[in-house]
Amino acid sequence: MTVMQAQTARPAGRSLWADAWARLRQNRLAFGGLIFLLFLMGLCLLTPWIAPYGYAEQNLSMGATPPSAAHWLGTDIFGRDLLTRILYGGRVSLAVGLVATAVAAGIGVLYGALAGYFGGRVDAVMMRVVDTLYALPFMIFIILLMLVFGRNLLLLFLAIGAVEWLTMARIVRGQVQALKNMEFVEAAVSLGLSRWTIIRRHLLPNALGPVIVYATLTVPSVMLFEAFLSFLGLGIQPPRSSWGLLISYGVETMEEYPWLLIFPGLALTGTLFALNFLGDGLRDALDVRAAKD
Amino acid sequence: MLRFILWRLLQAIPVLLAVISITFFLVRFAPGGPFDADKAVVPEVRAALEAQYRLDQPLHRQYLAYMGDLLRGDLGPSFKYPGRSVNELIATGFPVTAELGLYAMGIALLIGGAAGLVAAQRPNTMQDYLPMSAAMLGICMPAFLLGPLLVLVFGIWLEWLPVSGWGQLPGDKILPSLTLGAAYAAYIARLARGGMLEVMSQDYIRTARAKGLPEYKVVLGHGLRTGFVPVVAFLGPAFAGILSGSFVIETVFQIHGLGRFYVQAAFNRDYTLILGCTVFLATLILTFNLLSDILAAWMNPRLRAGLNTGRN
Repeated sequence: MTVMQAQTARPAGRSLWADAWARLRQNRLAFGGLIFLLFLMGLCLLTPWIAPYGYAEQNLSMGATPPSAAHWLGTDIFGRDLLTRILYGGRVSLAVGLVATAVAAGIGVLYGALAGYFGGRVDAVMMRVVDTLYALPFMIFIILLMLVFGRNLLLLFLAIGAVEWLTMARIVRGQVQALKNMEFVEAAVSLGLSRWTIIRRHLLPNALGPVIVYATLTVPSVMLFEAFLSFLGLGIQPPRSSWGLLISYGVETMEEYPWLLIFPGLALTGTLFALNFLGDGLRDALDVRAAKD
Repeated sequence: MLRFILWRLLQAIPVLLAVISITFFLVRFAPGGPFDADKAVVPEVRAALEAQYRLDQPLHRQYLAYMGDLLRGDLGPSFKYPGRSVNELIATGFPVTAELGLYAMGIALLIGGAAGLVAAQRPNTMQDYLPMSAAMLGICMPAFLLGPLLVLVFGIWLEWLPVSGWGQLPGDKILPSLTLGAAYAAYIARLARGGMLEVMSQDYIRTARAKGLPEYKVVLGHGLRTGFVPVVAFLGPAFAGILSGSFVIETVFQIHGLGRFYVQAAFNRDYTLILGCTVFLATLILTFNLLSDILAAWMNPRLRAGLNTGRN
């Protein structure tokens, strides 16, 4: 098969990534998700300039009005513009999603690569640690951390990231284990490259596909987690806004003002939809199997 | 098989020990003692209280004493509810949470399993897209949003079902169980579909069809056992998720179960209760992970063959 490939030298060399991109573009759901996310990120980046009102700007004479021309999505009980608060909430939710995922991916990739590369006893011990952490009911730890150290946004990023790296570590370890006995790694060893260079230059780039796919699928679960904490009153503190917080306010008054629950819910669900479709599409495009376990 | 079970049991012990130790020290290092709130405590009373809860002893003594109590199944007294032991509090809260979790798991398995099975029969047709889109919705709709929405529609607008409580009004168990089970039904549907698709293209299925078996016998009798291995392996993690997910459900529907105790214990800094609940839940989660692994290994013919030859 390798001979075949060598003989039928393909005219225009197309990289793996170009192939994957072409496949992704054909997947309408995934590509739609990508467009939606880019649009949303643009909106959230520009929020301070395009938002019609301030996020804490109250107008008590306009308390809890349904959607209107002045307030497209209505106002909450303090007369704050819901659209503005959803946009500001989106900034927090997206930032938590991206930063915590980056933290998780960083820790997971490094840890998994080391465990997979060294193998043997080192690997056994490192993976037992992962198993132990899997068994921890981490939700209560984060609740505890939030109570003890104050409701600090940075701490929230780190805490969620520190929890979500476990699966990433497992995936990367599996990849590295499979790759490290291949001939190109042997060639690198015989060339006298250092271990670190081999991991960084030869093993990790080949494990990038699953990492990207799983990272994309981690973002929605992180965002859900932030929303959950804010819902319990342990995440973002008022008057700042986050989707979880808006939903928890919406729940309190849903009987009288259902739009206060429905619009933030739509924002969260829609974004999670887009992220999941994109993740699934990436998995197919990069041909990654079983990235979820 | 027995070797595999014993090996997994042995592995679970250090994991459990580590879980208990980490929780113990994390909770002890949290600033603010449990009696700080009661400002006017006389020093003598305070000393007596601290002696009662062993807070006057050095940390390692506290740790050893706690481990000793644990071996006897004693989780110690609660800080916040004087005179009540953590065991009692768990005994009042857990039956409710267990019942809720059981219904949720049942709903997840029934709905999710059926949806995945149906979808896998005709991949990439409407019969596949409809249940899988519903599953995607279930994954993207968090319980703290789905629950209130269901309450709004069925409890407030249609007035078909009670909006909160557990076991007080007829039908009040339906919405909480459904809300908790929905996300797991969605995951199970996806896993079942994937597993079944992979199995149904294998040779032994073709053989079964060639024998002239009716399709339902091929699917349920031959395909299901192997195709559902991923689902069974997921049951352990799903159980852990349902247990912690019940925090939200119990908050939304005002159910007095273990989850509410747990969250309130964290707010109240009731350290012994947090510690006790964590140990209890972690043991439960580990046990269920073990059971689901063993069941999955037993269902998977290839793995089973490997187990019988003694490897692993």
